[in-house]
Amino acid sequence: MAATKVVVDPITRIEGHLRIEAQAENGKITNAWASSTQFRGIEVIMEGRDPRDAWAFTQRICGVCTVVHAVASCRAVEDALGIKIPPNANLIRNLIHGMQFVQDHVIHFYHLHALDWVDVVSALKADPEGTARIAKSISPWPNNSATYFAEVQNRVKKFVGSGQLGIFTNGYWGHPAYKLPPEVNLLAVAHYLEALDWQRDVIRLHTIFGGKNPHPNFLVGGMASAINLNDTATINAERLTDVKDMIVRSRRFVEQVYWPDLVAIAGFYKDWASIGGGVNNFLSYGEFPEGDVGDVDKLYLPRGIILGGDLTKVHPFDPKMIEEYINSSWYEYSVGDAKGLHPYDGETKAKYTGPPPPWEYLQGLPKYTWMKSPRYDGRAMQVGPLARALVGFASGHEEIREMVKAVLDTLQVGPAALFSTLGRTAARGLETVLLARRMETWYGMLVDRIRGGDTKTFTKEKWEPSSWPKEEARGFGWLDAPRGALGHWVRIKDGKITKYQCVVPSTWNCSPRDGQGQMGPYEASLVDNHPLVRPDQPLEILRTIHSFDPCMSCGVHVLDATGNLVTEVKVQ
Amino acid sequence: MFYPTSHPWTDDQTLAEHLESRGISRRDFVAFCAQISAVLGLGELASPRVAAALQAVKRPTVIWLQLQECTGCVESVLRTAEPTIGDLVLDVVSLDYSHALMAGAGHAVEAAKQDSMKANFGKYVLVVTGSVPLNEGGIYTMIGGRTAKELLEEAAKGAAAILAVGACAHWGSVQAARPNPTGAVGVQDIIKDKPIVNIAGCPPIGDVVTATVVHFLTFGRLPDLDPVGRPLFAYGARIHDQCPRRANFDAGQFVQVFDDEAARKGWCLYEVGCKGPATFSPCPIFQWNTRTSWPIGAGHPCIGCTEPQFWDTMTPFYGRLPDVGGFGIEKNVDLIGAALAVGATAGVVAHAAATGVHQMRERKRQLPVVDQPPGANRPGNPNA
Repeated sequence: MAATKVVVDPITRIEGHLRIEAQAENGKITNAWASSTQFRGIEVIMEGRDPRDAWAFTQRICGVCTVVHAVASCRAVEDALGIKIPPNANLIRNLIHGMQFVQDHVIHFYHLHALDWVDVVSALKADPEGTARIAKSISPWPNNSATYFAEVQNRVKKFVGSGQLGIFTNGYWGHPAYKLPPEVNLLAVAHYLEALDWQRDVIRLHTIFGGKNPHPNFLVGGMASAINLNDTATINAERLTDVKDMIVRSRRFVEQVYWPDLVAIAGFYKDWASIGGGVNNFLSYGEFPEGDVGDVDKLYLPRGIILGGDLTKVHPFDPKMIEEYINSSWYEYSVGDAKGLHPYDGETKAKYTGPPPPWEYLQGLPKYTWMKSPRYDGRAMQVGPLARALVGFASGHEEIREMVKAVLDTLQVGPAALFSTLGRTAARGLETVLLARRMETWYGMLVDRIRGGDTKTFTKEKWEPSSWPKEEARGFGWLDAPRGALGHWVRIKDGKITKYQCVVPSTWNCSPRDGQGQMGPYEASLVDNHPLVRPDQPLEILRTIHSFDPCMSCGVHVLDATGNLVTEVKVQ
Repeated sequence: MFYPTSHPWTDDQTLAEHLESRGISRRDFVAFCAQISAVLGLGELASPRVAAALQAVKRPTVIWLQLQECTGCVESVLRTAEPTIGDLVLDVVSLDYSHALMAGAGHAVEAAKQDSMKANFGKYVLVVTGSVPLNEGGIYTMIGGRTAKELLEEAAKGAAAILAVGACAHWGSVQAARPNPTGAVGVQDIIKDKPIVNIAGCPPIGDVVTATVVHFLTFGRLPDLDPVGRPLFAYGARIHDQCPRRANFDAGQFVQVFDDEAARKGWCLYEVGCKGPATFSPCPIFQWNTRTSWPIGAGHPCIGCTEPQFWDTMTPFYGRLPDVGGFGIEKNVDLIGAALAVGATAGVVAHAAATGVHQMRERKRQLPVVDQPPGANRPGNPNA
C-alpha cells in the first residue's frame, strides 16, 4: 500500500500559522514536515531605535506569551548597559511572569489542547450523577454537584440542538481515538467553561503592575508601578491584597481543577506515553531569578542540558555552541547551504524557492519553511516544560522530583514515559502547580521588603543615554518562557540599537531538517511510533503538535527592507 | 463564584424568550438597553430598534480571520466580561470560523468556513485581526496554502460589515513600522466596498470589540466613526481630557523620572513620555481587564497605541511629546518648555499645543521621523 499524503493547514488552536505535512501508511506516520508560513520582520524594525523602547516592539512578537519577550528584551538591554534592577522590580517581574505561565498553561490545556482528548458530543450522553461522583473522588473543588453538571450538559445540549455548532463545527467527534467515558468528557467540558472565566480573573495581576493585559507595560531598569502604601494611585495595600487573592485563586484552581483533570484524563491515554517522543536532547535556560538575575544558581527552575535522554547527567549550557542551519529553509548562505553557521558569524539571504501560491504540497521539496534550524553542538534540542522538568529532575530539584515521582506512580508508568506526547502535557501541568505555589513565596518576599521600608522599583542611574558606554554595548537577555528557552541579543551604539536578534522556543521546536538531515522536535515526534488512523481526520497529529504548545509568530526570523534575513547574532 | 450560563439561545426562541429563560425580564433588558444606548450616545430614539431586535431568532454568524498578527487581539477578546467570551460564543453569536478556538483543523475548518460563508452570504460579520503583507506576492502570510490577501478578499465578499480589530488590521501596526519589511497594510487598504470599523489599539480593550458587535446586532448598523474609522463611542475622547492625573498636569505636578517622589504620589507622566495628550482611546473610561486598572493608572506613560503609525510617530516612547518622532516641531518645544515654568498656565498652553500637533498629524498621515534623544530640552528636571 502506498503512503497517503496528508496536509494539515491551518493547524488550529495555536498561536500563529503552522502547516504540517505527513505521509501515513497502515495507520502510522512514516514521514513529517513542519512549515512556518508567516513572517513579520520585527527585529530589523528595531534597528536605529531607542533601546528603552525595544521591550514594547518585541513584546508584540506574541500576544499569547505577552510577557516573555518584553522581559527578555529588558534583560538584554540591562545586560548591555550594566543596569542592575532593584530586588522589588525583579520580584514583580517574577509575579507577572509566574502568572503568565499559570494562566497560559491552563488556557493551553483547556482551550487549545483539551479538544484533542475530550469529545464534546459524547458529554451529551453522560450521567451527571456519575460525573459528580468522579469529580468528588479526585478533587475538593466546590462546583461538583450533579445539579451543576446537569446544567452544563443542558447548556451544551441546547447549543448542539440549535444546529449552529460554531467553533465545534466539523470537529472529529466520535473519532475512535477518543477514549474518555461520557462522564469524564462532561467534567472536562464544564471546566473548559470555568477556565474561561478563571483566566479573565487571575490575569488582572498583570493589569495591576503593568496597566493591561495583553501587552502589559514594562520598563528598562525596573518597573513603572511605584509603591506607596499611603497613596491612591500607586501599589498600595488595596492592590496588593487583590494580587494576593488572585494568587490564592490561581493556586486553588490549578491544584483542584487543572492538575486533577490532567491526571484523570491521562489515565485513559496511557498509550500516549510511548508515542511522539522524538528528539530527546533538552535545553533549559532556567527561570525565575530569586537573587540577582546574573546569579544562575538562584533560579527557581534550573538551567542545563540533557543529552540523549540520559537523566543521570546535566550538562552546563554554553551559548557559543549554538549554530543555525538553512538546509531546508528559504534562505541561502555564501558558503553553501549544507554548512551550519554560528549565529554570530551568520549570514542569511532570503531566497523563496517554494511554489507560487496557492500551494498544494511542500513535502518532497528541499526547502519548505521560513523557520531556520538552530542546533546546539550539532544537535536538535527540545525546549519547553518537559525540558525544564527533566533538567530539574536530573539536577535534584526536590519539588520537581516529588511531582514527577507522584505522577509516574499514579499512572503506574516508568520514567521512560516522560519522553512522549503525554510526557510533555504532564510536564506542563506539573510546573504549573509548582509555579502557582511559588508565586506565594515571591509575593511574601515582596511584602517583607516593603514592610522593611524598601519600596524602590526602578534604577535611575543609567536611564539617560548620556550615562551609557561610549563604545558598542552588547547584551544577552535569556529567559525560559512557557514554551521554552528564549534569547534576545542586542547591540547598542550612540544611544541606538544597531542589531537585535531573537532565538525563540518555537524556532527550536519547529525547526526543519538540518544539514545532516536531522529533523526538528515537531517532525521527529510525529514519526516516533505515531498513529494516524484516519488521514482525513488528523486528530493524532493535533495531539502531538499541541503537546508542544506551538507559538509560531515567536518563531520567525527577521527580514530587512529588501527581504533579506538579518544575520548577525551575538552569543555570549 | 463561577456560574456558567446554562441557557443558550436556540433556533426557536426570540431574543426576548431567550433572555426570559436566563432570568432576565423584558423590563430589565429594556433598562439595560437604555443604559447601553446612553453609553453609545444613541439616546431615547434607540428604543424602537431595541424592540425589533427582541424579535430576532437566530444567532448571527461571525467569521474571524487571523492574518499577520500576534494573537494578542484574540486574547484581549477572551478577557471580555459583558458578555463573557463563553456567553458570546455559546449564546450571542455563532462563531463559525476561528483559528484560535476551532475544534477541527486543516480541511475540516476550511470547509466549515466555506459552508458558513455561503449559507450566510451578505449577512455575516467578518472580524479580522492582523495585517496583510503585500510584498513578494503575499507569501509572508500563508494559510491553507493561500495568501492572507486572497483569504481576506474572499471573506469580505459576503460580509455585511467588517470589524478590523487591533492596530494590525487597522493600519499594519508593528510589522508596518519603519521600514515595513513585508509590506504590511490594514484591511481598509485592501477592501474598499464594505463598511469597516477600526477597533484601534495594540491590542484594543476586548470590551470595545464586544460592545461594537452588540451595537451592530442591536441596531443593525455600525456605530458612527471618527476620521480614522474608529467608533466614536469608544474613541471620541482624548485620554488627556479624561485622565485622573489631569489635575496634576494642570497644577504643573510632574513625574521627572520613574519611581521619584512624584511617581509615588501618582502625579502626571507627561514629562516621562506620556502620549495621552495626543491619543484618543477609551482606556481611562473603560479601563482594562474588568476595570482593574489601565496603563497610566499603573504608573507607565501611554504609548499612544490607538493612533495610526504610533510606532513611528510616538517614539521614542519615553520622549516628551513635542520631542518624539511625529511631533518634531521646535516651536512647540519652546512653547511647552516656557509654559512648564509657570505652573498652572502650563496645562492650557501645552494642551493647546498638543492638540494642534495632533490635528496637523491627522491631516498629514505620515510625518518624517525625527531622531531626537529623549530627555533633551527638559526644563526644570531636578534629576537631569
